[in-house]
Amino acid sequence: MALNIEQGSTSHSAYDLRSHMSDAIETHTLAILVENEPGVLARVIGLFSGRGYNIESLTVAEVDHGGHRSRITIVTSGTPQVINQIKMQLGRMVPVHEVADLTVEGPFVSRELALIKVVAKGEHRVEALRIAEIFRCNVVDSTLESFVFELTGMPDKIDAFTELMRPLGEVKLARTGVAAIARGL
Amino acid sequence: MSEQMTGAKMIVEALKEQGVDTVFGYPGGAVLPIYDEIFQQNAIRHILVRHEQGAVHAAEGYARSTGKPGVVLVTSGPGATNAVTGLTDALMDSIPIVCLTGQVPTFMIGSDAFQEADTVGITRPCTKMNWLVKETDRLADTIHQAFHIATEGRPGPVLVDIPKDVQFATGQYTTKPKAKVSHYQPKVKGEIETITDLVHAMEKAERPVFYTGGGVINSGDKASTLLRELVEATGFPITSTLMGLGAYPASGDKWIGMLGMHGTYEANLAMHGCDLMINVGARFDDRITGRIADFSPNSRKAHIDIDPSSINKVIHADFPIIGDVGHVLEDILKVWKARGRKTNATGVQTWWTQIEAWKAVRCLNYTQEGKTIKPQYALERLEALTKHRKDRYICTEVGQHQMWAAQFLGFDNPNRWMTSGGLGTMGYGFPASVGVQVAHPEALVINVAGEASWLMNMQEMGTAVQYRLPVKQFILNNERLGMVRQWQELLHGERYSESWSEALPDFVKLAEAFGAKGILCSDPDDLDDAIMEMLNYEGPVIFDCLVEKHENCFPMIPSGKAHNEMLLGEAETQGVIGDAGGVLV
Repeated sequence: MALNIEQGSTSHSAYDLRSHMSDAIETHTLAILVENEPGVLARVIGLFSGRGYNIESLTVAEVDHGGHRSRITIVTSGTPQVINQIKMQLGRMVPVHEVADLTVEGPFVSRELALIKVVAKGEHRVEALRIAEIFRCNVVDSTLESFVFELTGMPDKIDAFTELMRPLGEVKLARTGVAAIARGL
Repeated sequence: MSEQMTGAKMIVEALKEQGVDTVFGYPGGAVLPIYDEIFQQNAIRHILVRHEQGAVHAAEGYARSTGKPGVVLVTSGPGATNAVTGLTDALMDSIPIVCLTGQVPTFMIGSDAFQEADTVGITRPCTKMNWLVKETDRLADTIHQAFHIATEGRPGPVLVDIPKDVQFATGQYTTKPKAKVSHYQPKVKGEIETITDLVHAMEKAERPVFYTGGGVINSGDKASTLLRELVEATGFPITSTLMGLGAYPASGDKWIGMLGMHGTYEANLAMHGCDLMINVGARFDDRITGRIADFSPNSRKAHIDIDPSSINKVIHADFPIIGDVGHVLEDILKVWKARGRKTNATGVQTWWTQIEAWKAVRCLNYTQEGKTIKPQYALERLEALTKHRKDRYICTEVGQHQMWAAQFLGFDNPNRWMTSGGLGTMGYGFPASVGVQVAHPEALVINVAGEASWLMNMQEMGTAVQYRLPVKQFILNNERLGMVRQWQELLHGERYSESWSEALPDFVKLAEAFGAKGILCSDPDDLDDAIMEMLNYEGPVIFDCLVEKHENCFPMIPSGKAHNEMLLGEAETQGVIGDAGGVLV
């Protein structure tokens, strides 16, 4: 009897169990250390659009002022072969110093920050505040007819919160995209 | 030499320091200060082309025939946009090009100034790297970096965009040894474990084949020498892509011809039937693989490439080796020799018997009869009359003539074959031949062309005449877009939509108008004399060879088909390409 081994992530196995031509779509979080100079972000984004890769989320900021380095965090999805190509194509870019696939390399923390404006009156306004407390939001702005909540967490937590807010009033949303880093040393 | 100078002077100094002897360019408003500096020196020769696309292709021809980077200098706006096709061509074929473009002054960037274009934005996807230099102090450093990146690793085009005020301003010159050390240092040595595994597989292989590509040429002469040594020592058959012709000599007895869509029967069937495929510096292009699902189904595959992203991109590699072809071949030879130079001699012998049987099909056969010149015949005669010339360089345009040239001309040395492979740029060959002739003034440089491709950059006739470049334009004139016509015949119900030229120039008069020589030949009996007349003439020649108008290029692997589904001739062509294949190009 053939062993029924689920194909996909390898982060908990010493062996690569993935078929090299698997059709399964995987989501990976990549942390890319780049030279902080004009046009680098455009080059990285151009790679994704030019070769038809997906971007689910992208964040970028300078992380080493003296060394002129920025970290780009990209959440992308595709078959294992496509993910591998994305990493290789990023790695060969001249201004790219390092490409880390956090999804494969071990446990990692990823967080996103969202600012959520909810316009509501009366009972709805109270309910919004109550739910916000459950989600441990901060209230960063308030009028008699609206709140702006600040929420940090995994993207699905922010999704869940905004879905709960929608029936209560008009929702306006600003999200930063995912920042991620490996756990441990 | 750490001194103050203007940006324009820095450019010339940096080029000199990089050993540049020739620049292909076209002046304009935004590069006038640089042209002023060029005027006042003699170390660097400037070749004035007639169109910026021609400048890049000429630089490609120069680069490919010398192994040195080609340098281009053009102005802002239209100068830069005209260079885009050439840059893309160089990116696809991994040709080192340094393109310097002028830009409007920094304080006018973004104002829609006269001849302003977002050059770094437009050229970002078609360069390996590009820069906009806003400070004169950083100009020399950037140019040194540009040369490093164009030539290191997998070569490619780079572009430096230089605003006019940066050219006028004075700044600190940075010498090459003082330039910032780039972190871009691709790995050249392959992993010895994988190389050893490959050698084990080579020792046991019954049906091995070497599949080589442009990477061998780019790696340098040493790589070709090592490849020859390895092939001769192991006795394995060798085929090559279009870009790799000449790395192993066509006259060598292990040579089984080019592979791919119009490759030989024996090469494609050897690829299909092999049990060990050793890819040396090629990239499993779709012209090579045909239908992926049926590509060489029973082989283990080694892939040697300096670009990690080439490996496992299209075809899974059982022996992935990231490194420079020259270094890796050296290590393979070392390990193989140290282990006692073993091969599976009986297996390989049987394999060769099979290959000889495929060769006996004589897939390149054609019939020359009557008073019309077959294009294959014209090339066979050209080959017969020129192959003794050790200094022969061949360029091509793109289309049927290109494939016939690859099939019927033999290359015994690398860097002698300049063609647009990846991008398939019609109009590449003529300016490329200009660049080759500039680099090799005494050599015999022939551009095998189709009349339609040739017309795309015919203005470079002015360049050829001005610099007395005796380039021979060998035009196989069928008054058709031959390859388009062939596909329309096979795939689109013989509806020849817009694939023939209703109004062609008189090429002899055209040559004369430019101050060159024109030769017309339409009779097979006159062909040899006419070719000799072309070869003996000391200036540029346009050779208008009127050939059979409806000849198709065979063998052919129709799109969407596998290697063993190759068509050998006219009789097999009815309804061969299904709907699924029809959507492929």
